[in-house]
Amino acid sequence: MGSNRRQFLKIAGVTTLLGLGGGITLSASAYQPEEEGTREKPTRRRAGRWGMVVDTRKFQTEEDFQRVIEACHRTNNVPEGEAKPIQEIKWIWKDHFEHVFPGKENPFLAERIEQNEFLLLCNHCKNPPCVRVCPTQATYKREDGIVQMDFHRCIGCRYCMAGCPYGSRSFNFCDPSPYVEDKNPDFPVRMRGVVEKCLFCYQRLEEGKQPACVEASNGGLIFGDLDDPDSHIRQVLRENYTIRRKVDLGTEPSVFYIV
Amino acid sequence: MLEKALDGSKTYWAWIIFLLAIMGVGSIFYIIQLQKGLMVTGMSRDVSWGFYIAQFTYFVGVAASAVMLVLPLYLHNQKKFKNMVILGEFMAVASVVICMGFIVVDLGQPQRMLNVILYPTPNSMLFYDMIVLTGYLLLNIVIAWNNLHAEWQRRPHPKWLQPLIYLSIVWAVSIHTVTAFLIQGLPGRHLWLHAIMASRFLASAFCSGPAILIILALIAQKFTRYDPGKEAIRILSQIITYAMIANVFLFLCELFTAYYSNIPGHEHTLTYFFFGAHGHGALMGWAWLMVGAGILSLAILIPSRSRNNPDMLLVGLVLLILATWIDKGLLLIVGGFIPNPMGVITEYAPTGYELMISAMIYATGLLILTILWKVAIGVKKEIGEV
Repeated sequence: MGSNRRQFLKIAGVTTLLGLGGGITLSASAYQPEEEGTREKPTRRRAGRWGMVVDTRKFQTEEDFQRVIEACHRTNNVPEGEAKPIQEIKWIWKDHFEHVFPGKENPFLAERIEQNEFLLLCNHCKNPPCVRVCPTQATYKREDGIVQMDFHRCIGCRYCMAGCPYGSRSFNFCDPSPYVEDKNPDFPVRMRGVVEKCLFCYQRLEEGKQPACVEASNGGLIFGDLDDPDSHIRQVLRENYTIRRKVDLGTEPSVFYIV
Repeated sequence: MLEKALDGSKTYWAWIIFLLAIMGVGSIFYIIQLQKGLMVTGMSRDVSWGFYIAQFTYFVGVAASAVMLVLPLYLHNQKKFKNMVILGEFMAVASVVICMGFIVVDLGQPQRMLNVILYPTPNSMLFYDMIVLTGYLLLNIVIAWNNLHAEWQRRPHPKWLQPLIYLSIVWAVSIHTVTAFLIQGLPGRHLWLHAIMASRFLASAFCSGPAILIILALIAQKFTRYDPGKEAIRILSQIITYAMIANVFLFLCELFTAYYSNIPGHEHTLTYFFFGAHGHGALMGWAWLMVGAGILSLAILIPSRSRNNPDMLLVGLVLLILATWIDKGLLLIVGGFIPNPMGVITEYAPTGYELMISAMIYATGLLILTILWKVAIGVKKEIGEV
């Protein structure tokens, strides 16, 4: 009797496992990736490695910053004024020199640098630690250098936030929808429980446009292909001394600052 | 064999119902967290891992500690551990379940967690952590259950388990190494970025886990008169003492490196822990409690006279568990995020939700432990090996 029951339980257990395993395999093979948005468009902007130069001399007044930040938030449905400020979402924002470039500050910093503020955004690193640590490839590096997010694959483990040494990633602690005014219908509002960040407006590049912040920057932000020696951004980099954030970590940021 | 868990005293059933009640209440809080999102926790964009991941880290250590019994018994034939080893293996099972529970409640999208298997990503340490934790869970269930079953039928332990037992020894080291690798390879997290992280994890695991095991075994002994073996406890408490000394030594190595080098990034978090920084010092009380409990536990455990006194041993072990828990289950994980990458301090404290949901997971682990130990002790008593 006892051994019969044991046998039954064993068979039942094995069958359940097989059923589960089979189910997972079947559903995996039934998965059809959505290819609509990735199809080649004639106007699409292409690059070997997208990068950005922040000309900090052109960001002096509050208005200079707000114009750029607002353009980003409106385009990408970035929530504003969340209930808990420490849980806020940030794509592009500003901070003081010693916070943007920790380790580069000194007690006798030029007044212009000390008093000014600087834009921060995802660096779209060449060696992104966030991509290295992500357990599901929900964040990955595209061929054009953009560190992309798949909001539908992200499990919300926040390992990428621990991995990013620039604080560029935010987690949707709550449903962001109520905090997005004037939703842009062309771009998804994220769901609660996933990580998000600046994506260099990949959706606008598809349409042949510049990222929203660049367009609104009055020349303060220069965007282009770092791999193309003849590009405008490379010319700007040739002619100006630029610095990047925390280069000693080996992440190779693609965002440069003229200070 | 499992039916032994259904045959218990009133106290046994009262305990089971108590645990189920905690799980029930905790799950209400978890359902609210599922609906509202992790906004109900104290975590933030700066401190993006908190109490949950810290508990996970601590209990990986507790799980790994079973090897401190398995290794002397099976590699060095120390027969005095034969009563206790089954308790250790079953405690490992319960601990791994606790670990997995804490990972799941920490996820923002838990219904997608199988994505880790669907899109296997060998460059992520979390991928390996999933493998080693699942493997360790299975190894311990299979080994402990089959050995116990053989004893129950008064047959020798099955031969085919031998290689699995050796594997489980290596595997125990791997689970804690991989968990350390989870955090020690991240650029820009200065508190975590040092080579001795894995060794310190192991040292702290090999003292805290067996300490918890001894205390739980003594509680079980009170209720069931099952003798874990005086000699086993004596030797195990020696192992605990050595492991704690190693743990403290490695911690002092960290302090030396940070403060002698005088590199701000390496000092910042430690200074925040012990003295506060930029007007923030929420963890100072805990940090000094850790120091006090750690020193006192060693003062009790190092002299053999106090270590071999059952009451003193108990005090020493409780202090040791407190010190190691504050270290790994409270400070270490949160400390990696303080200060944030811009050098700004955002403090963290768990909310009532986090504590209630954690209580739910602890209760689940204790329930599994109770049932498995009930079976084990029931079998051992039946075959007259008490």
